[in-house]
Amino acid sequence: MATEITYIDAIREAQAHALRDDPRVFIYGQDVAAFGGAFKATKNLAKEFPGRVFDSPISEDAMVGFAVGAAIEGLRPIIEMQFADFSTVGFNQIVNQAATLFWRTGVPCPITVRLPFGGTSGGGPFHSQSLETIYAHYPGLIVLTPATVEDAYSMLLEAVAIDDPVIFCEHKFLYRHLKAEKLPTEALPVGKARIARVGRDLTIVAYSAMVQDALEAANELLTEGWEVEVVDLRSVKPLDTDTVMASVARTGKLLCVGESWPWGGVTAEVIARVASEGYGLLDAPPQRLNAKDTPVPYHPNLWAAHRPTVRAVAAAARKILRS
Amino acid sequence: MLQAVNEPRVGAAEVVRESHLAAFRFMLRARLLDDKFAALYRTGKIHGGVFLGRGQEALSAALGVSLKKTDVFAPLIRDAAGRLAFGEPILDAVRNYLGSALGPMRGRDGNVHRGRPRDGYLPMISHLGAMISVVNGVLFARRFKNISGMVGAACLGDGATSTGAFHEALNQAAVEKLPLVVVVADNQYAYSTPTDRQFACESLADKGVGYGVASHTVDATDLTACLKIVGGAVAQARAGNGPQLVVAKLLRLCGHGEHDDANYIIPELKNSALGRDCLKVAEEFLLRNKFTDAAQLAVWRSETIREIEEAVAQVQREPAPDPYAENWSAISSEHLNETHLENGH
Repeated sequence: MATEITYIDAIREAQAHALRDDPRVFIYGQDVAAFGGAFKATKNLAKEFPGRVFDSPISEDAMVGFAVGAAIEGLRPIIEMQFADFSTVGFNQIVNQAATLFWRTGVPCPITVRLPFGGTSGGGPFHSQSLETIYAHYPGLIVLTPATVEDAYSMLLEAVAIDDPVIFCEHKFLYRHLKAEKLPTEALPVGKARIARVGRDLTIVAYSAMVQDALEAANELLTEGWEVEVVDLRSVKPLDTDTVMASVARTGKLLCVGESWPWGGVTAEVIARVASEGYGLLDAPPQRLNAKDTPVPYHPNLWAAHRPTVRAVAAAARKILRS
Repeated sequence: MLQAVNEPRVGAAEVVRESHLAAFRFMLRARLLDDKFAALYRTGKIHGGVFLGRGQEALSAALGVSLKKTDVFAPLIRDAAGRLAFGEPILDAVRNYLGSALGPMRGRDGNVHRGRPRDGYLPMISHLGAMISVVNGVLFARRFKNISGMVGAACLGDGATSTGAFHEALNQAAVEKLPLVVVVADNQYAYSTPTDRQFACESLADKGVGYGVASHTVDATDLTACLKIVGGAVAQARAGNGPQLVVAKLLRLCGHGEHDDANYIIPELKNSALGRDCLKVAEEFLLRNKFTDAAQLAVWRSETIREIEEAVAQVQREPAPDPYAENWSAISSEHLNETHLENGH
């Protein structure tokens, strides 16, 4: 009988799998051991894998430096940032220590930094941030943004196996919102985008939770007769430009949706690439939709209007479709 | 050989003599190497900065000779002596300063930013205090792999004790009970900032106490004291007594880098006991105690100069990094490289 597996179950199972298969793997983070993590992503792992899961002090800088040292010594640490927002305290170690180590010394730095990210109602300015853009900007990092239960599982497993620092952006809203019947046995490799829905009229490029909003918007638009293709980037760095370009070649129209702030970023990067390499494929100016250029608000009324919603995605799509 | 070996039952006095001579020779080698880098800088042969350890050699060498090759070492910018004592060949230092493609960082990083992580010799990033937690991670990993008996040392200046990274990492080492030794060279200035604008506690050693870290202070102009205190702290860490903080007092006898004439260093400090040159003090100590003689010192000096000159001559003939042959990839997973970031060149 099929049991329901949530996105966060998948993350827990991927870590259990990695701990079971690879003796070099350990988990280090705040409240991750006996307590099982603020979101329970490491529930019971300390019990099942004694001596492999460790509580850290509230010291994000030292947590990441520690992981880099352990990686130099041949281990494969998984670091849980309690919230992506707090990773800025460890930012220096991520972008200057971890991300430069291989390039400077030839010694790889296989660490996985898990960032529970993205907005949930009531989270407010310091428990809601989307930081994939900022990490993708730095050379030396891989930045993953799974949008499905299956990808949460397979991409986290792959992240641990990758010989470079991986910023694993797991969306807090998806944690208990998404469900699957079983864990996948095979998956697309990291670096390949996925066509989440086929359509001929418009390409919506999205990643993480915004894939779900894009798919809902596509459903809404279907009732109006529009067939929208949705590309799930899966990883924002590397960015699978070829899959995006091939989709735009089919539809001639592009909308790129991201939950992070509007200045620069993943959506701007996608549009820049399509505009410079695929200008001739476009029938209309490419558009993008992001959060508002303010900190993430607390109150549900404000929060819901801050990030792109299904309605906003559908409205932006209509504008392009009617142009 | 720099250390007495194969001598049956050497007495305590002989051990003291040998340890002083070994450390002194690394001090001398470091001073002469630094002098050469300063000369190359003045003649425009070095790209970027040159950072000397003048005045810090006794402290740095004492740490270096206290470590074993299997230990972990994260030196900072004024640790030429400690690096040499830990086993870094002069050639590595010269290659890194001259940007040789054959150097440890292949021209991708330069000057004091060099190391061999796989040998426990960690290359510093410029962000102060950031290497301590990396040493913690290496020590933790070795314990994880059931390797025991090792020590990890991280070097800092007084300025670095004001960083969050220092506090986070010292606390982390204490929580994990790691065999870490943090050596702080309190050299009176962080670049140009005097210590009264850097911290307000009486001694930087007080900072260790707050984290449950054993703290020691030492006069870094005195090699004998450095060998005793630094060696003792390393032994304490090795014996399983947890992290150790050594705060060493000295005066930086040069600018922050060779671009800096250090006109802010006040004469009162230069003329104080702190302003003594540890190399001269050590040399006088060795001669006074008849550990060696002037003729031997002259031989060591001339031998080292020849060795340095040969290294520089060799490296100057070596290839510089070639931007057209460079692998412009910051990750080891080649298959995950971006393919659309060429920017037209």
